[in-house]
Amino acid sequence: MPSALILAPFLSLIILNLPPKKIMRKIVFGWVALLLVLQIFLVVAVPVTLWGSAPDFLASFFAFELSVDALSRLLLLSIGIVVLASLTVAQYVIKDQTQRFNFTNLILIVLIGMNATVIVTDLFSLYLFIEITSLSSFILISIQKDNPAIEAAFKYLMLSAIATVFILSSMAIFLLLSGSTSFAAVSGTFKNPANATLVQIAAGLFLCALFIKAGIFPFHGWLPDAHSSCPTPVSVLLSGIVVKASGIYVLTRLAISVFIFGPAVQNVLMFIGASSIVFGATACLTQSNFKRLLAYSTVSQLGYMVLALGCFTPLALAAAVFHLFNHAIFKSLLFVNAGAIEKQAGTINMDKVGGLAAKMPFTGTTSVIACLSAAGIPPLAGFWSKLIIILALWDAGHTIYAGIALVSSILTLAYLLAIQRKVFFGKLEQTLTQIKEAPLAIVLPEVLLATITIAIGLDFPFVFNNWILPLKEIVH
Amino acid sequence: MSPDFAQLFEYFLIFIVLLFITGLYCVLVSLSLIRILIGIEILIKASTLLIILAGYICGRTALAQSIVITLIVIEIVFMVVAGGVVLWAFRHTKTIDPRKLSDLKG
Amino acid sequence: MTLDFILLSCLLLAAIWTVMTIRLIRSIVGLAITSMILSVIMYRLDSPLAAVFELSVCAGLISVVFIITVSFTERVSKEQLPVRRKERFARFWFLPFILVAAALLLSQYLNIPKIELPLPVYGQNVRNVLWNLRHLDLFGQVIVLLAGAFGVAVLFKESKK
Repeated sequence: MPSALILAPFLSLIILNLPPKKIMRKIVFGWVALLLVLQIFLVVAVPVTLWGSAPDFLASFFAFELSVDALSRLLLLSIGIVVLASLTVAQYVIKDQTQRFNFTNLILIVLIGMNATVIVTDLFSLYLFIEITSLSSFILISIQKDNPAIEAAFKYLMLSAIATVFILSSMAIFLLLSGSTSFAAVSGTFKNPANATLVQIAAGLFLCALFIKAGIFPFHGWLPDAHSSCPTPVSVLLSGIVVKASGIYVLTRLAISVFIFGPAVQNVLMFIGASSIVFGATACLTQSNFKRLLAYSTVSQLGYMVLALGCFTPLALAAAVFHLFNHAIFKSLLFVNAGAIEKQAGTINMDKVGGLAAKMPFTGTTSVIACLSAAGIPPLAGFWSKLIIILALWDAGHTIYAGIALVSSILTLAYLLAIQRKVFFGKLEQTLTQIKEAPLAIVLPEVLLATITIAIGLDFPFVFNNWILPLKEIVH
Repeated sequence: MSPDFAQLFEYFLIFIVLLFITGLYCVLVSLSLIRILIGIEILIKASTLLIILAGYICGRTALAQSIVITLIVIEIVFMVVAGGVVLWAFRHTKTIDPRKLSDLKG
Repeated sequence: MTLDFILLSCLLLAAIWTVMTIRLIRSIVGLAITSMILSVIMYRLDSPLAAVFELSVCAGLISVVFIITVSFTERVSKEQLPVRRKERFARFWFLPFILVAAALLLSQYLNIPKIELPLPVYGQNVRNVLWNLRHLDLFGQVIVLLAGAFGVAVLFKESKK
């Protein structure tokens, strides 16, 4: 059954590009949306044990080695939600029908790439699908030709190529030492003390590559440009899930099942995570472009996840993944709001807009909810994940890092509330008195994402028992 | 690992590292977007050689060759997409000088 | 052994020429020559199928892709050539020195520790491995090619003004 997650989008891709063009272009949105809703439904409804043991009749034809466990399940859910939000926003932002068709096809490819990344069990296949996701992201960044995202696309391309070279070298060393590239074989090499130096070098190379892909502090160069200068649905996709599925998820999976981190590596991870948090938060204070500020905020929140991963206790790991899910929801919501403002007001420069709350009630309210969730205010979802991260750090004895996380949380609250005040409250600009609320295509995902944030925050015990505790099981 | 294998490995490793340095130098110092792509190509070739070498030494040539075949397919598509982005940059800014690309700051 | 050494030196020299030469077309030809030498080295390392693939694709197809891309962008005019030549030389001249220094350093200090290798497996066929064991990679290749097709459709089209 896991192979259905990658074969269904593939078949859709082929069928949607077959001859009757007019009919296909009309139904493409409905079809893909249905596929995503089906994915979300399957992930929520089918318990983890059933995924592996369901009769996979396709297995007789294809020898895919896939496995779905609690970590993959949570990621699959977030992939489904964010891609659906991105698809819906695209109906409004991208006006040209041909471009929208190309966009939907590319989203299907990104979906295949990310679904496969979270369920494979082999290092080379993992690299292959990460590369598929990156390739389709380059094309997506360049999809609206009149938008000067050139520097962003090229920087992303270069840094991604360097990450590729690191991953390949690392994989060559693992191949040398273990004779195979599957997760089981690679984790076997860590247990053999004879090869220790070479294994550490290979693991270090792989980690550097993942930091580049995830956009963590020393290697974040491509992230602000790429996320702010591409069209809104692409920003939603990139910041909401691509950066996380191909960066943070892979880091988590390797930390749990494959690599064995000594205390030195854990300290390095925590240091890099903490510097990411502080750098992202301070860089946000000087931005006047809304989307660029959100991109730096992504760097900061990813730092939280890496910090929790470095701490490496079961509670911290579970908290990191939960924060990943929450961030996917509230960051997508913030980008959708940014897109609504950009389309309706014509600009995303925060110094030029103001007082939009009266004219755009839905956008304003959902934006406030997203900001409060990002900053970690109860009872929204972001509060719980940040609380557990800080508690886990305190528990494990890293009091300085817990303090940094707490202070940066306050800083996050400060800049987010500042932009809220600037953009939504305050005086309405003269040129913007004719502004109206965005149409249903944007309001609907906004409301849905906000509802999810509130629901998870309020219903936290249920979420904790069904989704977070199983994560702790995998670690042991 | 038998002694002549070890010496072979050392020789090859030195050359592979030198190839990496060449490729990296090309990426960092060029003044033309296409030359940056050529530098990336050289880097990927060095990685390919490393993979084949690793396969040869541990005896798994079949697995290494399968990996390299898939890698070459990815490389083609990457170069085609990168070429497309360079073309788009040229049509938009009439130059392929990477120093002139920075219209985004902050 | 000496043949390998000669081939590796030729590979490195071809790569250096590719990087340092001034005309872009010569650089692309240099890339193709590098691929050819790499293909011979791979053949000597017991990997004939990968060598053939590398030869036909990298030395052929990628050069064509690069030449098409270059043909769409402008040529350096004759007057600018000596200026460019001097500029390039000023930036690129210390590459050979860096390489020689790195080579000396590495040959002195590079000690491969004794590695424990996995037990060798004999009689494996590339076709068997690729078509029976690595289906996911084949599926991935198909998806990558589809992504490339969409990339060409999106990126290479002139925007209608």
